[in-house]
Amino acid sequence: MSLPQDLKYTKSHEWVRTDENGDTATIGITDHAQDELGDVVFVELPSVGDTFDKGETFGTVESVKAVSDLYAPIAGEVVEVNSALEDSPEKINEDPYGEGWILKLKTSGDSGDLLSAADYEKVMEEGD
Amino acid sequence: MANLRRTPLYDEHKNLGAKLVDFAGYEMPVQYSGIKSEHEAVRNRAGLFDVSHMGEVFFRGPDAEAAVQRLVTRDVSRLAEGQAGYAAVCYESGGTVDDVLVYKRPGAEYMIVVNAANREKDIEHFRENVPGLDVEISDESDEWSLIAAQGPEAVEMLETFTETDLASVKYYRFVEGEIAGKRAIISRTGYTGEDGFELYLANDDAPEVWRSLVEAGAAPAGLGARDTLRLEAGMCLYGNELDADTSPLEAGISFAVHLTKDVEFIGQGALLRQDADGLDRKLVAFEVEGRGIARHGHTVTDGAEIVGEVTSGTMSPTLGAAIGLALVAPTTPDRFEVIIRDNPIPAKIVELPFYKREK
Repeated sequence: MSLPQDLKYTKSHEWVRTDENGDTATIGITDHAQDELGDVVFVELPSVGDTFDKGETFGTVESVKAVSDLYAPIAGEVVEVNSALEDSPEKINEDPYGEGWILKLKTSGDSGDLLSAADYEKVMEEGD
Repeated sequence: MANLRRTPLYDEHKNLGAKLVDFAGYEMPVQYSGIKSEHEAVRNRAGLFDVSHMGEVFFRGPDAEAAVQRLVTRDVSRLAEGQAGYAAVCYESGGTVDDVLVYKRPGAEYMIVVNAANREKDIEHFRENVPGLDVEISDESDEWSLIAAQGPEAVEMLETFTETDLASVKYYRFVEGEIAGKRAIISRTGYTGEDGFELYLANDDAPEVWRSLVEAGAAPAGLGARDTLRLEAGMCLYGNELDADTSPLEAGISFAVHLTKDVEFIGQGALLRQDADGLDRKLVAFEVEGRGIARHGHTVTDGAEIVGEVTSGTMSPTLGAAIGLALVAPTTPDRFEVIIRDNPIPAKIVELPFYKREK
């Protein structure tokens, strides 16, 4: 299972990549999460300009069998969504940390309690 | 997964890297390579399912036929020896106990194949409702494994493993023979909308037959693909389309109900009344026109009032569209709305089945 060391993670299996300035965070779901879900067939995305509190539901990913809510790892305003997922939701399976990214949030930068890769790995082990 | 039962093919599933889930108290493979690829393998080539969790109940004795006639909605006296028929088992209310396959075997013996989740309930219902009849009802589920080989190349593949002339076994007929050197009931039935056979085998023989077919190129397919395949084929699933509050007429399987059969069956009175008075609900097939996937339990409205509920819904791998079945009021218009996460999403009624194979 792929687990990039430079990303931050949540217990609900999202990943977060913060840009150099620390004010924009790209968010997706982890390789482990896409593997658990199976073939992703539908993604419901928010609109640019929507704002979310930390932990709030910002969208939904559906596989053939399962429906899974997405939770904002940090608070922020949506500045971009990956609209390519509307036609090609399978990108989440194929490239979860790359072309399968879900949205970008403009954030005030409080990412204090996000998990390191090592900590997330422990969460996965406990989950099994 | 504690206390779950395993089929004789459990080790095969483990070795094939299946994802296992609790299904009706059994640890069953939901997928191997992925639901979509397994679905496509069955539609285009050949797939292999372990459905050993299904139950096999035998009716023997002088009144075996009379007992089955009393218990199921189909007139089984019309079945030839070596023929199987789809039927419902009903309560007096007309609600459904289970949907089953009835096999008429040599020697006036019947085998009823029941859903795993309903097995104990069914056996109890069977035994309670045959007073005064000289019949032995024998639950032999734990002695049988069941492998379904389905898909356009399945028959050709099976032919290389048997002396039996499979081409002469017509749809919903069965014979006894050997597959890969193992005794089997070879039944031209299935739950996918494709041609193929279901193989009833002794537990000890099942792993070798399974391995032979996998080596010959059949794709192992899990319960996930089984569900998308049966839904595209417009087949009912007990617990979704059918339950104790839903009659087989409402669920659209009147072809399995012989309302006027000579021998009275449990629920006949209620079903005759429903037929005469008109149904309160009907099963419809629909395609979602907006963005979203309808799922079991979602509410259906006519734009103003609630008119029913989605019984099954998925993204159809073959059609690339969100499809579903719903139980709705008979007056429901051809275009309606499904409430998906608080949003009304437009859907339209379409004809069943969603998918029909080319013959």
